[in-house]
Amino acid sequence: MSVTQYNDVRMSQAEGGPTRIAVVNRVVHETPESATYWCNFRGHDGDGYEFQPGQFNMLYLFGVGEVAISISSDPAHPQRLGHTIRSAGRVTDVLTKVKPGDEIGIRGPFGRPWPLREAEGGDLLVIGGGVGVCPVRPAIEYAMRHRDRYNRLILLMGARTPDLLPYRIELDTWEAVMERLGVELHLTVDQKDETWPYEEGVVTTLFPKANIDPARTTAMVCGPEIMMRFAGKGLLELGMAEEQIWVSMERHMQCGIQLCGHCQLGPWFVCSDGPVFRYDTIRELMEVREL
Amino acid sequence: MRYLDRSGFDALLRSLIDAGYDLIGPTVRDGAIVLDHIDGVADLPAGVGEEQAPGAYRLTERSDGRLFGWAHGPDAGKRFLFPPREVLATISRNGDGMKVDPPAEPERPFAFVGLRSCDLHAIAVQDRVFLELDPAYRRRREAAVFIGVNCEEPGSTCFCVSMQTGPRCTVGFDLALTELDEGFVAEVGTPRGEELLAAVPTREATDGEVSAPERVTEVAAGRMGRELDTSDLPDLLYRNRSNPQWHDVAERCLACGNCTNVCPTCFCHDVVDGVSLTGDVATRTREWATCFSAEYSWTAGEVVRHSHEARYRQWLTHKFASWIDQYGTSGCVGCGRCLTWCPVGIDVTKEIAAIRATDGAVEAVTA
Repeated sequence: MSVTQYNDVRMSQAEGGPTRIAVVNRVVHETPESATYWCNFRGHDGDGYEFQPGQFNMLYLFGVGEVAISISSDPAHPQRLGHTIRSAGRVTDVLTKVKPGDEIGIRGPFGRPWPLREAEGGDLLVIGGGVGVCPVRPAIEYAMRHRDRYNRLILLMGARTPDLLPYRIELDTWEAVMERLGVELHLTVDQKDETWPYEEGVVTTLFPKANIDPARTTAMVCGPEIMMRFAGKGLLELGMAEEQIWVSMERHMQCGIQLCGHCQLGPWFVCSDGPVFRYDTIRELMEVREL
Repeated sequence: MRYLDRSGFDALLRSLIDAGYDLIGPTVRDGAIVLDHIDGVADLPAGVGEEQAPGAYRLTERSDGRLFGWAHGPDAGKRFLFPPREVLATISRNGDGMKVDPPAEPERPFAFVGLRSCDLHAIAVQDRVFLELDPAYRRRREAAVFIGVNCEEPGSTCFCVSMQTGPRCTVGFDLALTELDEGFVAEVGTPRGEELLAAVPTREATDGEVSAPERVTEVAAGRMGRELDTSDLPDLLYRNRSNPQWHDVAERCLACGNCTNVCPTCFCHDVVDGVSLTGDVATRTREWATCFSAEYSWTAGEVVRHSHEARYRQWLTHKFASWIDQYGTSGCVGCGRCLTWCPVGIDVTKEIAAIRATDGAVEAVTA
């Protein structure tokens, strides 16, 4: 999409109120601090709506405000939207009180998606940490749906503790069937307990087990910034090129369309230049304190 | 070029009001020259001058009765084209669910008189931010009339020459005036300006009057209060993110946000919800925000920029460096308002010079 085209999209989704209304139909508690809110559009509000993996919506709660949330559901079914939300602020705290039948407003989708088309033909490595598993989930859904477009599909998922890993039941199920689908799934937590039959250690400790081929791999990484810094560093040490590594950044967003200024990170507006960034465009900025 | 005397100037202003414009011009209020709704020449600051310095602003008396014998007060066009508070939408909730309504259309278009070249450049800078993305700004901007007045009396905090934004009006005006002893020389910038001028009594300007804009602004350029070396920007600031000078300025900065409020280009804002007492109507309001506040950088439950140091660095680096990458122009027009209205008199030209003088220095990282 050209800049002018994207400007038209943003102008039509301008700051203010939601442009579509959706009704929450299911709330799935994923971890003690996060839940997935599944919703359907009201009436014809979903007409023409589609999104790409890695994009986000501005969700609106009546009388409370908007918050930017990555879409965590399957892009092949944009009318059944899932957003996994960690309670971390004024709006997301109120979101935890939302129940089936409640309405939420939606403005979006916004932002640069994961480069799934560019990654075709090579190995795809998806790394998710904690609640960072959610923004990569649509990419995983997409890659599994188009499995033949990628050579190896490697998923490395981790969290601090087993209860902080979203989609645990799904991942358990996937773990059992992934091998048959030709997907290599590795799970780890920093600190395991008796419920955890998988690996222990930070996500980078999975790298040797994953046997990554640096020359033909595209990596998509999402997690806490410190995790992405270490993952990026580890992938570079394996011999991957910076241009083959992509990370999804998080900053406060109030508008989603490069207008409110809050999400600036150096020269970038995370909402529009990101949230998905090629590592070489962001690595130095990630190393500056309080930027 | 045309000449109009003061009565012709008054007729010009009245013609705008008669045409339905909301006339916005300089007037004295609360000890400062502010921009406000005016009814004609009588509201302008006749015989008023200014003294400005970092952290200081005083009105003075002039013996010559000039209407524009001053640089500028705290206001620029921003306060009207991108107002401090603005309702963006009203959302009602009843038995049928949520309903979103756009705000009421604004009543009258603005006609600005007395904007300086720096102010007109600042509007051009904000155009790059808002014009393609914000329908409310675009509507107001495209409907407005701009009558600039060339600057004769730059303030001691001004540095538009360094930023190549003045003192002579070069962009964004329908008419640009130069004030003379008894009247004005008018330069036409747009067909709309030409129409406005044709409707009021004027005469052909004499040779001496034709050269006045150049002459007056050349003198003004020679009296700039400040200068700023803009070479090597943005790289100078990008490579000095760890310079200890940020710590030095942070010891003085109160993080009050005065600089961002008076800056004619600062565009950051919040959008907040207010709910009616009955609980069924929510109003979404846009409000100016400042990158000097803690909540500005609130991300996922944490404040990213804890220190004043990080906030000052963000503001200055955005204004003078990353703005160039984002919008192809500096975010600073050299108006000097952030110096004048800083309660502790922090001078950006000196802060950038200090970074330049210590280029490459790295703060010792503790912890």
